Amino acid sequence: MGHLIPPSILPYVLPVVYGVVIVAVLPLMAGYIVLLERKVMADMQARLGPMRVGPHGLLQPIADAVKLLLKEDIIPEKADKLMFWVAPLVSVTMALLAYSAMPFGPAFQIADLNVGLLFILAVSSLGIYGIVLGGWASNSHYSLLGALRSAAQLVSYETAAGLGLVSALLLAGSLSLKDIVQAQYDQGEWFVFSVPIGFFIYLVGSIAETNRAPFDLPEAESELVAGYMTEYSGFRWSLYFLAEYANMIIVAGIATTLFLGGWLRPFPRFADHLPGTSVEIMDAIPGLVFLGVAAYCFWLAPKQPVKIQKIVMATVGGLCLALAGAMAAALFAPEGVRQGVYGGFWFLVKVMAYLYAFLWIRFTFPRYRFDQLMRLGWRFLIPLALVNLIAVATARVASEEWGWYPRITMILATIFTLAVALWLASRDQKHEPATETAGGD
Amino acid sequence: MTDTRTSGLSNVETTVLGADEIILNMGPQHPSTHGVLRVKLKLDGERVVDSECIIGYLHRGVEKIAEHRSYQQFAPYVDRMDYVAAVSNGLGYCEAVEKLLGAEAPPRARVVRTILTELQRIASHLLWLGTHALDIGALTPVFYCFREREEILKIFEKYCGARLTTHAFRIGGLQYETYDGFESDVKRFCEDFTHRIDEYETLLTENRIWVGRTKGVGILSAADAIALGVTGPVLRASGVKWDLRKAMPYAAYADYQFDIPTRPTGDTYDRYIVRMEEMRQSQRICLQAIENIPAGAIMAKVGKVLKPPPGEVYHSIEAPKGELGYYIVSDGTTQAYRVRVRPPSFINLQAFDRMARGSLVADVVAIIGTIDIVLGEVDR
Repeated sequence: MGHLIPPSILPYVLPVVYGVVIVAVLPLMAGYIVLLERKVMADMQARLGPMRVGPHGLLQPIADAVKLLLKEDIIPEKADKLMFWVAPLVSVTMALLAYSAMPFGPAFQIADLNVGLLFILAVSSLGIYGIVLGGWASNSHYSLLGALRSAAQLVSYETAAGLGLVSALLLAGSLSLKDIVQAQYDQGEWFVFSVPIGFFIYLVGSIAETNRAPFDLPEAESELVAGYMTEYSGFRWSLYFLAEYANMIIVAGIATTLFLGGWLRPFPRFADHLPGTSVEIMDAIPGLVFLGVAAYCFWLAPKQPVKIQKIVMATVGGLCLALAGAMAAALFAPEGVRQGVYGGFWFLVKVMAYLYAFLWIRFTFPRYRFDQLMRLGWRFLIPLALVNLIAVATARVASEEWGWYPRITMILATIFTLAVALWLASRDQKHEPATETAGGD
Repeated sequence: MTDTRTSGLSNVETTVLGADEIILNMGPQHPSTHGVLRVKLKLDGERVVDSECIIGYLHRGVEKIAEHRSYQQFAPYVDRMDYVAAVSNGLGYCEAVEKLLGAEAPPRARVVRTILTELQRIASHLLWLGTHALDIGALTPVFYCFREREEILKIFEKYCGARLTTHAFRIGGLQYETYDGFESDVKRFCEDFTHRIDEYETLLTENRIWVGRTKGVGILSAADAIALGVTGPVLRASGVKWDLRKAMPYAAYADYQFDIPTRPTGDTYDRYIVRMEEMRQSQRICLQAIENIPAGAIMAKVGKVLKPPPGEVYHSIEAPKGELGYYIVSDGTTQAYRVRVRPPSFINLQAFDRMARGSLVADVVAIIGTIDIVLGEVDR
């Protein structure tokens, strides 16, 4: 390829290609995350979920997208038209921009900034402007209340989540996302095991930041109808929607990179080979998973009631088979390609697992009230994050300067922080007469 | 604009607002006003300063219709008031007319009525639990509740062919004999229900968020509750032990053992606990009743044309939502001269403003949910 493109633009080719791929694939991915969400929800609620459009509702996201795009574009008469028009664009642009520093694999990254993490955090929190502007421009009380809630919530929880991230940064010693993953490889464990409390704080903070239940107050459908999105419909609405899901993937990506080992596979240093081949055992897993899914699809296909569903199911099986083939082929491809493919696979698997936790939490818990949300943020999470930070920093000093065994110091730091967390929680209960007499709480 | 600050909000244009105050109009189309209730809230930030319920979007003139139908013809109409507890409505009406006629349903009919009414109470409370939890943001319990409610509706369907507006009872007794397997169906449901209700409690009762959202929210003191005429679980959660099933037994309630759950504070959490316990008690009544349904006739001899002697009667029952009363005046013809219904939802809704003032917008939906209103009954 090198001899076709002038060397002066060569460095820009791959990032542009990656950018186009992300922008093209992300809406589809968001759509299928919605389908996944509905299926997981259905599973937890003893029902089936979407079953009509395509086999097991596999074409539902496409149908939804078509419906949204064909909808009438309604702008309320008294809305501020320009702002109403700009607001969703701000949200979605900022959400997409954040992807530019996200490493989906050792090779698949648009730009490896040395301040990558800061860049992502900064850009994704600019998305709040879209929400506030949209809420204000709609000229509706529900939208305004939703937007205000969202702004207050983001400010409070970004702080806590950020402090949670810093505890992992202390271990990594870099803001470049690539170096952070490398540090986890070098230290031989994912940071979630070194600083579990930092991970927990980031998990809670990231749910609140992306306005997901039980912190979905800005769009609490039973209180504010749809919060800041109340007056939006059709394509503009779907832009907000896309921004929300893009942000979910972003926070999941950050958590994966900082705490879950990024694109590293589980047991990255376990390098036993399959007997008689040069294939490492762990590398055989992805292909086998796809093979299993493909077999399941082919087994299901004849059982579908309608012919078109049989065809689609068989197609899905074929796709999985092709993916399995690609995974197998990548094993024998050059080192860079192999790492790219497998890194991407593990990264996405971890992102999905993180998102599954989001869904699980969403369908289990009731929604917080606004004052309770603020109290949890400022009185529990932020003090805890600070204590955790100090404990981790002390542990680092103990192991680096005084030569203590690093794992022991981290465990001690975690135990200390846990004790503080318990104390904070019990203090909170005393201050809050509401939970005092709760039976067994 | 007038200069005086009006206490009510009946006219937004003439209400003088403080600098930080806004008027928020919730409903009649809103996801959690349980139908077509419209609530006007005056908010300071997110805090409710003043509120007003506006009703009547579902008014169908049920009481007026009663004056132009014979007593039997009107019976199906009452099912449409509290349509999630149609069986209870029917029981109240049939017993009121029986009282007017001086007739009494035979023992077998009374026991079957008791069983069906208690099943209906469970169904109504299940619907309340699901939607109340949904309002507070717990998405999952509503599906579990509907699953159990479905079992009850299936029993109704097998018994009388209808699921929602059942018209299960007739003046003087029952039209239908119980179907084969009625006892075993009810028994199986009651036995399953024991651990099903424990399952909901694991999701909610000790959940910190749930407790935080309901404890201390929408407190109604016993004195206020009595002054406002509030009845049913809302009254009992305020600490008043008043249940018509014990106080003035009707149907076959005098024969069965059950407790009346009460709670001291009268907040949303207490009302939740009271209703959960009531479902258990209803199940207990069903289990006792199903063991021993007396044999015999199911219909008293009231004749085909009902002509009650001139006079008036008030009869009330403990419907799932509170005291459901019928005041019927007869002028000796086949049609009632006047029927006045005392709908529990309508009267309990009067306590809304007392509960909501000073709370947050998020609490408003919890309070609407906890009163457990059905707009069909409020507006009639």
